[in-house]
Parts: sequence; C-alpha cells; structure tokens
Amino acid sequence: MLVATIAFYIFATVLIVSALLVVSARNPVHSVLFLILSFFNAAALFVLLGAEFLAMVLVVVYVGAVAVLFLFVVMMLDIDFTELRQGFLQYAPMGIIICIVFFAELAAVGAGWVVMPSAHTIAQHPTPTGVTNTEALGHIIYTDYVYVFQGAGMILLVAMIGAIVLTLRHREGVKRQSAWSQVGRTRAEAVELRKVRPGEGL
Amino acid sequence: MAEIGIGHYLTVAAALFTIGIFGIFINRKNIIIILMSIELILLSVNINLVAFSSFLHDLSGQVFALLVLTVAAAEAAIGLAILVVYFRNRGTIAVEDVNIMKG
Repeated sequence: MLVATIAFYIFATVLIVSALLVVSARNPVHSVLFLILSFFNAAALFVLLGAEFLAMVLVVVYVGAVAVLFLFVVMMLDIDFTELRQGFLQYAPMGIIICIVFFAELAAVGAGWVVMPSAHTIAQHPTPTGVTNTEALGHIIYTDYVYVFQGAGMILLVAMIGAIVLTLRHREGVKRQSAWSQVGRTRAEAVELRKVRPGEGL
Repeated sequence: MAEIGIGHYLTVAAALFTIGIFGIFINRKNIIIILMSIELILLSVNINLVAFSSFLHDLSGQVFALLVLTVAAAEAAIGLAILVVYFRNRGTIAVEDVNIMKG
C-alpha cells in the first residue's frame, strides 16, 4: 500500500507541474510536449484507481491522436508566438485572483462533502468482482449504454466530416491524375509503328 | 503515510481544473494554448468521474468518462480545423479580433 501511496504522490505532482508548464511555456511545441506528459500521468492515476481500460484509451486517444494533432497544427502554422504572448503579465494578476477564489470554492465543496451511507446500494452498475475492468465495461457499454455508445460514434463521425469539409480546398493549377483518361487510352493513339532506316534518326 | 482516499484525487482534479482556467486567462491571444487548457479541464473532469466510479464501486462513471473523452477528441479536431481555416484566411491566430468575422 505504501508503494501505491508514493506512486500517487509522484504521478499527481508531475501531473500538476506539467499542467502548469503547459499554460506557461514560452514555446507552444513545449506546451504540447508537456500536455503529453500530463496525459501520461493522468493515465497512471487511472491505473491506480483501477480503471485500466480508460487509462489505455487515454494514452491511445489523447497522446496518440489529439496531442499529435496539436503538434501538427503548431508546427504547420507559421506564427510569431512572441507577439501572441503580449499582455501575459497584464492578465496574470486577475487570473491568479480568480483561480484562488475558484480553487477555494472547489476545496470548500470537497471538504463539506460526505458519501451517503446508502450510496453503494443505489449504484447503477456495481463493479463486478472476478472480471477485468475492460470486460466489465464492455458488458455494460454494449447493453445498457448502447444508444449512448452509438451517439458517441455519431459525434466522432460528424467531427470527422466537419473537419474534412472545413479544411478541404480545391486548388487551381495543380496537376492531378485522371484515372479515366488513363484507362480510356486506345492502342491507336498510344503506340505508333515507324520504320527507321539504318544510320538515320526519326 | 496516510491512505490515499477520494479526497486526494478530487484535490488533484480541482488543481488541474484551476490550472486550465488560469491558462485560458493568461493566454488570451493564443488560441492553441486555450484549446490545450480546455483539454486539461476535460481531463480533470475525467479524473473526477473515474475517482467517484472507483471509490463508490459503480462502473457507470467510467462509461461517462469514456463519453467525455470522445467529445474532447471531437472538439479538439473541430477546433483545430477552424483554427487552420482562420489562419489560412487571416494569416494570424490572434483571437481578440475574431469578432470582425460576424456578419
């Protein structure tokens, strides 16, 4: 149990520090890399909580897709980021004040919060024993939450089509392959038989 | 050392949420960092959901964390696509003068 406690503190500290560096790093590429680090540490916290499937999904989806997407966009856009950082110190005091107030409110909620003693009796889907986390999740996702699951799939489909529609543009003056005219060629227009005399060119 | 309870996880999530809000405040002009701050906020929500799910022995929380993950991925994709189109048209990503786009 001591190992789990130490692991929690390590992962939580790295998570918070890297999240702070995400918002305060000077170079956006460094921000994205710290974002990846914080996602990894959040996945480790999920493993400590016993949610192995979500931890792996977090690594695959966030680190493998979202963070790489951010990295592509940051590197693709040619932007002077120092200009965008103007006003950093101007907004910081107000932001710090609001964040302190907000954190105090969250802490007050957390401190005054207790678990209802009968909470475990009204659990919608009590965690089954003897099966892995992935199997248990699969049992309820594909049965009780199947409509929600399909809805999530629709959201991803709409997002994919939307992103393609937004960014696709037809550029003029670009040479493209025309499969139809390639396939439609006949022998008569493609091959010509010429008689070449010795010692002369065509 | 004390046993790790739900309060520890909620504290981490609250700190992460606050950092996300702070990031939105101090990076008013850089929309890429704002999108990353939103990802941090959604991550903290996920930590909350999974912590409650784990400590109350109820799996539904993890299902909803999965849905939040889906929506976060879709939102990042759409947001970055809009950002790329905006950059292509304007040559900058300063979000303070986005309101000139309104019709």
